[in-house]
Amino acid sequence: MTIYILRRLAYAILILLGVSFITYLLLYLIPADPARQLAGRSATPETIANIRAQLGLDLPFYQQYFQYLMNLLQGDLGRSYIQRTEVSALIGSRLSASSQLLVWGIGFELLIGISLGVLAALKRNTALDRGLMAFSFVGVSSPHFIASMLFLYLFAVHLEWFPLGGYGTTHHILLPAITLGILGSGWYSRMVRSSMIEALQQDFIRTAHSKGLTRVRVIFRHVLPNAIIPVIPMVGIDIGIFIGGLVVVESVFGWPGLGQLAWQAIQRVDIPVIVGVTMVSAVVIVLANLIADLLVPLVDPRINLEKS
Amino acid sequence: MSALQLIKKLCRHKSVAFSLFVIVSVVFASLFASWIAPYDPNKQFFEGLTMEGAPLPPNSTFLLGTDLLGRDLLSRLIYGAQTSLIIGIVANGIAILIGTLVGVTAGFLRGWVGNVLMRMTDLMMAFPALLLAIALAAILEPSLWIVALVIAMVNWVQVARVIYSETIAISSREFIAVERTLGASTRRILFSHLLPHLLPTIMVWATLGISTTVLLEATLSFLGVGVQPPTPSWGNIIFESQTYFTSAVWLVLFPGTLIVLLSLSFNLVGDALRDELDPSLKGRD
Amino acid sequence: MTLKTRKSLFTSAIASLMFAAYVQAAEPKNGGDIIVTYQNDVATLDPAIGYDWQNWSMIKSLFDGLMDYDPGTTELRLDLAESYKLSEDGKTYTFKLRPGVKFHNGREMKAADVKYSLERTSNPNTKSPGAGFFSPIVGYDAVSQGETTELEGVKVVDDYTVSIELTAPNATFLHVMGLNFASIVPKEEVEKYGEDFGKNPVGTGAYELTDWTLGQKLVFEKNPEYFRSGVPYIDTITFEVGQEPLVALQRLERDEVDIAGDGIPPAKYLQFKNDPRFQDLMVTGDQLHTGYLTLNVTMPPLDNLKVRKAINMAINKDRIVRIINGRATPANQPLPPAMPGYDSDYEGYKFDPEGAKALLAEAGFADGFETELFVMNTDPQPRIAQAMQQDLANIGITANIKSLAQANVIAAGGVQDQAPMVWSGGMAWIADFPDPSNFWGPILGCDGAVPGGWNWAWYCNEELDAKGAKADAMAAADQQEARSELWGEVFTQAMADAPWVPIFNEQRVTVHSKRMGGEDALYVDPVHVPVNYDYIWVK
Repeated sequence: MTIYILRRLAYAILILLGVSFITYLLLYLIPADPARQLAGRSATPETIANIRAQLGLDLPFYQQYFQYLMNLLQGDLGRSYIQRTEVSALIGSRLSASSQLLVWGIGFELLIGISLGVLAALKRNTALDRGLMAFSFVGVSSPHFIASMLFLYLFAVHLEWFPLGGYGTTHHILLPAITLGILGSGWYSRMVRSSMIEALQQDFIRTAHSKGLTRVRVIFRHVLPNAIIPVIPMVGIDIGIFIGGLVVVESVFGWPGLGQLAWQAIQRVDIPVIVGVTMVSAVVIVLANLIADLLVPLVDPRINLEKS
Repeated sequence: MSALQLIKKLCRHKSVAFSLFVIVSVVFASLFASWIAPYDPNKQFFEGLTMEGAPLPPNSTFLLGTDLLGRDLLSRLIYGAQTSLIIGIVANGIAILIGTLVGVTAGFLRGWVGNVLMRMTDLMMAFPALLLAIALAAILEPSLWIVALVIAMVNWVQVARVIYSETIAISSREFIAVERTLGASTRRILFSHLLPHLLPTIMVWATLGISTTVLLEATLSFLGVGVQPPTPSWGNIIFESQTYFTSAVWLVLFPGTLIVLLSLSFNLVGDALRDELDPSLKGRD
Repeated sequence: MTLKTRKSLFTSAIASLMFAAYVQAAEPKNGGDIIVTYQNDVATLDPAIGYDWQNWSMIKSLFDGLMDYDPGTTELRLDLAESYKLSEDGKTYTFKLRPGVKFHNGREMKAADVKYSLERTSNPNTKSPGAGFFSPIVGYDAVSQGETTELEGVKVVDDYTVSIELTAPNATFLHVMGLNFASIVPKEEVEKYGEDFGKNPVGTGAYELTDWTLGQKLVFEKNPEYFRSGVPYIDTITFEVGQEPLVALQRLERDEVDIAGDGIPPAKYLQFKNDPRFQDLMVTGDQLHTGYLTLNVTMPPLDNLKVRKAINMAINKDRIVRIINGRATPANQPLPPAMPGYDSDYEGYKFDPEGAKALLAEAGFADGFETELFVMNTDPQPRIAQAMQQDLANIGITANIKSLAQANVIAAGGVQDQAPMVWSGGMAWIADFPDPSNFWGPILGCDGAVPGGWNWAWYCNEELDAKGAKADAMAAADQQEARSELWGEVFTQAMADAPWVPIFNEQRVTVHSKRMGGEDALYVDPVHVPVNYDYIWVK
C-alpha cells in the first residue's frame, strides 16, 4: 500500500512538471511582450530592453523555464508583472473564495445528483424517472454562462430571492453554488441511477428482502452504499471540468476567486499569474484524483490496489 | 443494419425523434441561411436602436428584436447556426481523429509506446481544460479555425481513453488471436477487424462530442476569445449583449435556448445511439 | 442660490464650467466614514509603478509631489513646493520646500527625499512605467542605462531647497512634477519593504493606508498631520474590492455604498438617467480622452493620403456615440476640448460617404480594398469596431476585425507592418497630464514610431516634431498662450495628413449616494482620476 501511494505521488509530481512545462512553453510563444506593457507609453526602447533583461525575458526558453522551476521548488511562484505582488500572495488572497465555491458547488452537485439518481432508480420506468433523466440531460447540455445569467435574471433581478452576485455571506454563495450543482449533477444522477438498478438486482439484496427487512432499510443500509461507490472516482475526473465551470460562474457572478484572477491575467499577459493559477488548478485536479483512487479501495473491499 | 433502419429505431423514443428534428432544422437553417433569414445578419439598421442607443424588443419588423448594434437578432441566430455546426463538425472531427489514432495505437501496440501515449492523456486530464482553452484562444489570434483547433486540442483526450480501452478489449477477443495465429497482417487485423468493431463507439462519441463542442465554442465566444466579429455565433451574441441582460433579457434568452437545445439534442441522440450500437451496454438500462 | 439650482446650472453648462476655477462648496463638513466599491483589487499603491485609472487618485491621496492641481480642475498649483524659480536660460528650476511636512512615519520630508524619489523612479531597477517622463532631466540617460543611480541634474541645495537642471527649456516640466511618478517617498520605508512598498505605501498625503486585505478591502484613514489645514474632510474611506458593478449600484440605491467606483454599466446608465431619483446623484464630466482609429501611414494602401482622408470621411461618429448610449461627444481632432490648444474652429473631416467613395476612386481604389482592424476584446470595443467596419464597407473597404487581448493589440500596433488600423478604445486611456505635448510625443511623434512604441499610425513628420519641440521650449509664463496656439497648429496640421480618425471624447459618468457632498467636479476630477478623495465630504 505504501509503495503504491509513493508511486502514485511520484507520478503526480511528474504530471505537474509536465503541466508546468506545457503552460510555460505556450506563454513563451505569445506575440505580446510583457516588458513593453510594463514600460508604459513613455518608455524608450532602452528602458524596455532593460526591463526585459531584469525579468529574464531575454534568456533562451530553457533557461527561463529552468529558473522558474528552481524557484517553484522553493515555493516561489514569482511576482506578478502588473501588480508586482508575489503570485502566491495573490493566489492566497483568492483561494478561500474559490475553494468555498468549489466545496459548496460539489456539495450541491452530489446532493442533487445522488438524490435524483436514487429517486429515478426507485421509480424506474415511470414518468418521474423519464422526467428526472431529461432534467439531468438538460443540465449537462447547458453552458455555465447561460445558466448563470438566466438564474441571476430569474432569482436575483426578478424574484429578488438572492443578491445580484457579490461575495461575503452564505446568502451570496447559494446561487452560484446551486448553479454549479445543477449543471454538474446530470452525470452523477445518471450514474447513481444505473448503479442503483444494478445493486437492486443483486442476490444479497434479494436475500435481505426475503429475510423480511423493510424496503427503506434495505435501500439505505445495503443498496445505496454500493451504488455510491462509483461516484468517488467520478468526482476526481469531474473536478477538471468543474474548475472550468468555476471560471465562468465566477466571472458572471462577480465572485472574487481564482477564475477572475486568471481571466484578468490572461488579458494582460501576466505570465507568472497565469502559470501560477494553472499550476494550482492542476494540483487540485491531480490531488482529487489521487484521493479518489485511494479512497475507493477503502470503501470497497472488492477492489484490490496491487492489481491496478 | 442500414442507416434508415437505425434512424427508425432511434425515433421510437419521442425525445430522440425531437432531437433529430432539432438537428435537422439547425442543419437546414445553416445550409439555407441566406434564403430563410429576413435580413443580412451584419446589417446595422439605423432604426434598429432607440435614439438613446438601446436595443429593440421583439416587434413586427424585427421578430426577435435587435442587438446592441441594431442588427436583426433572428437573422443573426440563423446565421449563427452555421458557426456552431462548422465548429462542431470540424473541431469534433479533429478530436475524433486524434483520439482514435492515439487510442488505437496505444491499445494495439501496448508496450512503451502505448504507455507514453496514455500518460500523455493523463497529463492533458490534469489541465483545467477551459482555462487552457481560454489561454490558447487568447494567445493565438482567434478565428473560426483556431477556435475549432483549440477545442479539438481539449476534447481528443476523452476519445483516446475510450478507444484505448475498447481496442484492448477487442484485441483480446478470441477471433483476433485466431487471425494472428493464422498469420494475418497487422494491417488486415487493423482495418478488417479492429476498426469495424470500433466504429459504433466512434459514432457514439462523435455525436456526444458535438454537444461538448457546441458548449465550448459558445463559452469561448462568450468570453470574447471565440469567433471574430461580425461573424455571428450564438455565444458571441450573448457576449456582446451581456451588459444589457438585466434589461434586455431576450438577447440572452433566445441564443441561450438554442445552444442548450442543440447541445441537448446531440446528447440525446448520442445516448440513444450508444444504446443501439454499443454491444457492451446491451441489456442494461 | 440653493444647492439644487446651482447644480442644475452646473450640469447645463458642464463642459465650459468644468475646467473653470474650482468654487469651494458651500459648507463642507468634517468627519464621516464612506464606502467606495471597485470590481478589481487595486494593482499597487507604489507611486512609481501605479498607472491605471483606479489607483491614480488613491496614490494622489497617499502621496504628494512638488506640484499638484486645483481640485476638480486642470490648473497647476504648488504642493510640497512652497515656491519655485525658473532660471534665466529656462533650464533650471529651483524649488523651495514647505518646512515641517511629515511622512506618515513621522519623519520630516526634506530635499534629499525629493532627489531620492526622482532617482528611484528613473532607475531601471524600479521598472517604472513613468521613468521616461524624466528624460528632460540632465543625467537621465546615464541612470536609465544603468551607468549610475544619481541624477546629475538634481541637486540638494539645502534641506529645504532642491534644484533640477534640464537639458533644454521644457514647458511641461511642472506637469511632470505633478505626476504620481514624481511623488516624494521616504527612502527608509522603500528599502524596508522592497518590492512590497506598493502594498505598504508611506507618503505625506492626506490619507494613510491602515489596512489592506488582498482581494477584499483597503482602508484609508485621515492623516491628522496633513500639511494643508482643513482637508481632508472624511475620517475613513473603505475601498471594498471584488464588487460587481451591478451589485455596487444596487447597494448604492440602498445607501450601503457611497461611490460606485467603476461607474455605471451601459444598461443601467439609461435606466439611471431616466430615473428622477438619480438625477442629482449622477455626475458627468469630460475626460482628457480621445478615442481614435490609427491608420498606419507606412502600409499600403493606407500610405495614400487620399485613402486616409476617405476613411476619415466614411466613419459615422454620431452613430458610434449613439451605440455607447451618448456617453461621449464626437471628435474631429486629436486633442480633447478641455485641453489647451484645442481648436474649436477646426472643422475636421465631415461625414460624407459619397465624397469618400469619390476620393477613394481618385486614389485608384474604386473597387475598394481589404484590410484589418485591430481591437481589444472587451465590450464595447468589438461593437464599436463593427460599427466602423460597416461604415468602411459602405465605401467599399473590407476591414476584417481582429479582436484580441489587450497585450496582443499593443504588440501588433508596435510592429511596423502588422496592424493597418487599430481602434484605441480600452488601451490609451486618458492624458497623463493636461498638456497638449502629452498627446503628441508617444502617440503621434517620431519618437513613438519605433518598434514597440505607441505611435500605431507610424506617423513621423519631422517638421511638426520640430514645431512641437519649439513649443515645449517656451517655458516662461508669458509665453503660454502662444505656446498653446503653436501646439494647436501642430495637431491641425497633422490632421491634414490624416494619420488618425479621431472618433470621440469619452465622458466619465459616476454616481454617489445622497449623503455625499462637494462639487460635482470632484467626482469626475480630470486629474485626480477618478475621484478627488481629499475634498469630498459627507453631509
